[in-house]
Amino acid sequence: MARMKFICDSERCIECNSCVTACKNEHEVPWGVNRRRVVTLNDGVPGERSISVACMHCSDAPCMAVCPVNCFYRTEEGVVLHDKDTCIGCGYCSYACPFGAPQFPASGSFGVRGKMDKCTFCAGGPEEHGSQAEFEKYGRNRLAEGKLPACAEMCSTKALLGGDGDTVADIFRNRVIKRGKGAEVWGWGTAYGSRQAGQPGGQKS
Amino acid sequence: MMRTAIVIGAAAFVLAACGEEPQTASGSKRDAALFQGTGKPFVTTGWKPGDRASWEQHLKTRTQRGQNDYTKVN
Repeated sequence: MARMKFICDSERCIECNSCVTACKNEHEVPWGVNRRRVVTLNDGVPGERSISVACMHCSDAPCMAVCPVNCFYRTEEGVVLHDKDTCIGCGYCSYACPFGAPQFPASGSFGVRGKMDKCTFCAGGPEEHGSQAEFEKYGRNRLAEGKLPACAEMCSTKALLGGDGDTVADIFRNRVIKRGKGAEVWGWGTAYGSRQAGQPGGQKS
Repeated sequence: MMRTAIVIGAAAFVLAACGEEPQTASGSKRDAALFQGTGKPFVTTGWKPGDRASWEQHLKTRTQRGQNDYTKVN
């Protein structure tokens, strides 16, 4: 079964923000709400690194755990979504999320905070797939259209990979090996196991 | 022998929490399956709406074609 995941390759990200633009355009996200954003570490210093960050659709999502009204749910593909009709805009998910994914529009029925909005992995929400109601609340449902998230598909350097976890992990692993890297990369053993085909011999994770 | 058994038992106890959560649909809502499609003209061709296997294969192929540039240049 497909299990949807994002990976951002910091060696390739050039901070062009095309992922952010693609997301805002595809879902008509209002001003002040950024479902995706690019974070740069050591900005302006030689060797700076940028990564594109949004909801990572955690396997054990802390937002789901802390939501007092239980508005979150997970699809069979591992996409974490929420029901805006149930959300009360309390902001607990924002405190719990390590990626700062939950966003709160500054207008709407709950005044200055509003109901939470976040990346849907372009999978819409609990409304009928492809309906106008789904689009207005959650944005376009590209997965049900047989497409992948707009941010990953629009990434100019293919730094941001999005899709079935096994597939994007294979793509990323191949890149790292082509760069002459392998088990010495931090987190490699966790992601791929200590011994992989093509890995430099004698290396340990 | 006894020591080995204790070590194995302790390791099993300690690592019990390290197992991966099953990726099944969960939570308060049950959304319609994504492979059902939208019934709109924006749906891409190459897969059959309602057929999970063809949808998953279509997305894997699309990922490789669109995001794996090594298959294009090497």
